[in-house]
Parts: sequence; structure tokens; C-alpha cells
Amino acid sequence: MHVVILGCGRVGAMLASMVESEGHTVCIIDRDPESFRRLSEGFRGKTILGVGIDEDILRKAGIERAGGFAATTNGDNTNIMSAQIAKVRFKVSRVIARIYDPLRAEAYRELGIDTISPTLLGAGLCMDFLAARPWRSIEAYHAVRETHLLSPEPEGSR
Amino acid sequence: MYVIVAGGGKVGYYLTKALRDVGQEVTVIEKLRRRYVILKEEFGDAALIGDACEVRILDQAGAVRADLVAAVTGDDEDNLVICQMAKRKFNVKRVIARINNPKNEVTFRLLGIDETVSSTKLIYSLIEQEVEVGDVIPLMALRRGNLELVEVAVAENSPAANKKVRDLPLPRGCTLGILVREETAEVINPDTVLRPGDDLVAIIPSAGVQAFREALLGRGVPAT
Repeated sequence: MHVVILGCGRVGAMLASMVESEGHTVCIIDRDPESFRRLSEGFRGKTILGVGIDEDILRKAGIERAGGFAATTNGDNTNIMSAQIAKVRFKVSRVIARIYDPLRAEAYRELGIDTISPTLLGAGLCMDFLAARPWRSIEAYHAVRETHLLSPEPEGSR
Repeated sequence: MYVIVAGGGKVGYYLTKALRDVGQEVTVIEKLRRRYVILKEEFGDAALIGDACEVRILDQAGAVRADLVAAVTGDDEDNLVICQMAKRKFNVKRVIARINNPKNEVTFRLLGIDETVSSTKLIYSLIEQEVEVGDVIPLMALRRGNLELVEVAVAENSPAANKKVRDLPLPRGCTLGILVREETAEVINPDTVLRPGDDLVAIIPSAGVQAFREALLGRGVPAT
């Protein structure tokens, strides 16, 4: 199948390599031309410079014939919006969005967008390791526990 | 009416000010400290610092009792998320999103956000009006029934010029509302005779824009 990846950061670049090694074609989009240097040397897929919430850019990346779409930029909202465009507008069958904010990840999972929250996943895995517990299922890591949620970022932190 | 304005840039600032001036209750949310300070100075407790995309901040702003949320940050994706969160998590009845890319109007509608405002599109319409004298200018999309509020100028060579409204081949469901002639506005009735130079404000079904254009302009200029 053809896979479109949005965001050529560490995750996006590595995912591109993985997808290709399993025999699929890849097109990866990023708005920073420097980001494509992260791609492995053997990468044969296409790179597109542009903003992933723009339908024209997604079309250029072959979204209309894509069987998979992964949004891995460092912007939660960019990932959310592009994933929804891929799913609703272009009817891509497998769509995944990486979302750091656990509550936003949960909200969009309820709306039918599959999400991965590295925040919950990372903290949960570290906790299980520290407590010498066996690893749990991905759903268990994604269960948001209100008591663990961080306070809003302090004033002036951005 | 209680309004939450998400984004305290220039648009958010003046929107908040305008709403307060007419006595509405408003909270404006801004995530950048340096902008928040200015808002706080002017609006006091009506200014809130935080990221309006976060459920917690919307909750803190009292989204559950908000009648309207206007997402006017500079980023389309942020405005989408703010509106979706307000609608889905807090059941806010009316949400309005500012968009930069005019194509996102369609995308937003597809994703459940019906009311969008695009300054790009408005300015484009004005320029196009300059170039293509007398096209149908979309003023806004109405919330229900796929209707559009439009403006059109009756040109010298318009097929509708010097005709009674009742004799025009208008599409079904189209309402000619107001006519601006010289400096006065009047309500249009079936016997009103349109004259070159008149400006009309009409409500037309989105599907009937082309037919409306042909009736008033006599040609099928593509929609913006």
C-alpha cells in the first residue's frame, strides 16, 4: 500500500524507513527542508515540502490512493486536523495521530480518530519498569487518570 | 449572552472590546504571556491565560455556560480543535472559526464546524469585485438550510435591469431582501423594478448560486 507520513522528525523519519522495509511506498511531508536529512540513506520514497493541513499538499503526496496515514509532527493540532482530513475527506482506511496532550488524545479517540499519546505511553512504561511490573496493553497505558494530569503550564512558560 | 473569545491577538482583542462595548459578557483566552498582560490591563478578569485547545482551560473559562465560542487565533488547526472541543466536550451551541486558507471552509464544514470567517476570502472577493464588476459576492453562509447571504450589483447590461422582480427567472428558494439605491435601502417586493446601479442583498440556496448569477448577471462566472 501507499503510506503518507506527515512530519519528518525522529519518529516520522524512522517510521518512513520501517514502512518502506515492509514493502510499501512512502511519501513524507514536512515544512522544514532540513528535516529530510533525518531520513535513512536508503530511503527511496518521495519527500514533499509543505503544510500537512493543506488538502492540495496531501493530494500531491498521493493521499487519494493511500491506504495509511500517520501524523507525527510536534504540533498536536496539526496532527489532529490532518488526521481528520485524511479520514473524513479522503477516506484513508488506517489513520493514526500522535498527540502529546493526554486529554486531547482521549477526546479525539472518542471521536473515532486513533491516537497515540507518547506522554501517557512513556510515563506508563517508565513506571512499570521502576515497579518491576510486566508491560501492559497499549489501551491500559492510554487510560487517562485524572489524578495524574499535570497542572496547566505556569504563566509565562511559553 | 456569554461569549468566549479564543485567541487574544488583534482580532481577538477588538472582538472582545466590541462585544464588551455593547454590554455582552466575554472571556478572552490568550496563551502568550506578553499579550495576556495587555488584555488583563484592559479587560481585567475577563482575560484568561492559557491554551484554549486544552479542555481544562475551556472549563476554567466556563465553557459549559457559554452561548458562543469564537476561535480567532492565527492558526487554522488551532481554531478547528478549539471549536471541536467546545462543541463536543462542552456542548456549546454556536462556534465560529477564523480561517486563513479559504479552502478550509469546506474542510471545517466536513468536520462539523459550519461557521467560518476567512479574511483571505473576503479580501479576495473585494478584489474580484474590482476585476469582475458585478459578480455575486458571498457575505456569509447561514447556519441552517445551506443558505448563503449574498450581495450583487445590477449592471447596465444585466438581464435583470429595468425588470420587475416577479419577472426574473430566479432559482427556487431564493429571497431578494434589500435593495440599496443611491444612499437609501428599501425592502424588495415582487413589483420592485431593478435599475442599473442597484445593490441587492439576497438569501439564496447554495445550490442555486449559478442560476442566481445567470438571472442577475446573465453569465456563469465561476464561484470564488
